[in-house]
Amino acid sequence: MERIPVLKISDFLIVTIQVALDDESALKLQEDILEEIAKTKAKGLLIDITAVDIVDSFMGRMIRDIARMARLMGPPTIVVGMQPAVAITLVELGLKMTGVSCALNLEKGLLMLKEMVEAKEREERTLEAEETEGYEAGA
Amino acid sequence: MRQVLEEVAVRNNTDIVTARNSVRTHAKQIGFGLVDQSRIATAVSELARNIVVYAKSGKVEIAKLNEDSKKGIEVVCEDNGPGIPDIEQAMSEGFTTGGSLGMGMPGTKKLMDAMDVWSEAGKGTRITIRKFLK
Repeated sequence: MERIPVLKISDFLIVTIQVALDDESALKLQEDILEEIAKTKAKGLLIDITAVDIVDSFMGRMIRDIARMARLMGPPTIVVGMQPAVAITLVELGLKMTGVSCALNLEKGLLMLKEMVEAKEREERTLEAEETEGYEAGA
Repeated sequence: MRQVLEEVAVRNNTDIVTARNSVRTHAKQIGFGLVDQSRIATAVSELARNIVVYAKSGKVEIAKLNEDSKKGIEVVCEDNGPGIPDIEQAMSEGFTTGGSLGMGMPGTKKLMDAMDVWSEAGKGTRITIRKFLK
């Protein structure tokens, strides 16, 4: 079974898939990523699939599910580097990647992720501020 | 003329990867471009997974089609499993009895130029898919 490393760089987790994953390894990766999010308190997740040349319905669903599950825990996910042939195949296959943010490459993905994390933190601060105001008004 | 290039036994998750990689290599040698290689390999991945999930074991036969008018690749995915009770239902999007998304069969048809499904209850399933060089 292949084990894909989940790396933490500053506030982000970065996962680069460089081998052809069998179904079991893909499920293991899903678990590993979610456990790392909890353990490292990462603020964002980036999955790099530049080297992946086949994404079937199982793998596609796996990528989509990882993004959705991570979002439930908190951090936003960006999928980067999808090959043209993979994008064409996924659309023709009919797989909907609803709720998955994508970027052309690692660099653009990191920028996008930073913006998403900052926007989320601004939102959280506003909510906190509103709560505090509410308490003061009520006191 | 139909020339068998390779036969891959499919029994587990690793064999699914082997089958799709072999198909991809042969498709490339036959002369298919990157996008068609991806379409063909993805289709075979779906069918090979169906073998593992529903029939436990089976085989994938990869052949080269070399007729004057039509050149391309033919892949036969065969098993001695329980068979498909209702082929029409299996070919409709979103239908599954295996906990998947139900895209494998209809998706495969969309990715390939031709798809023939033979199945008999208790005997097995044989799915033949073809893609032709343009």
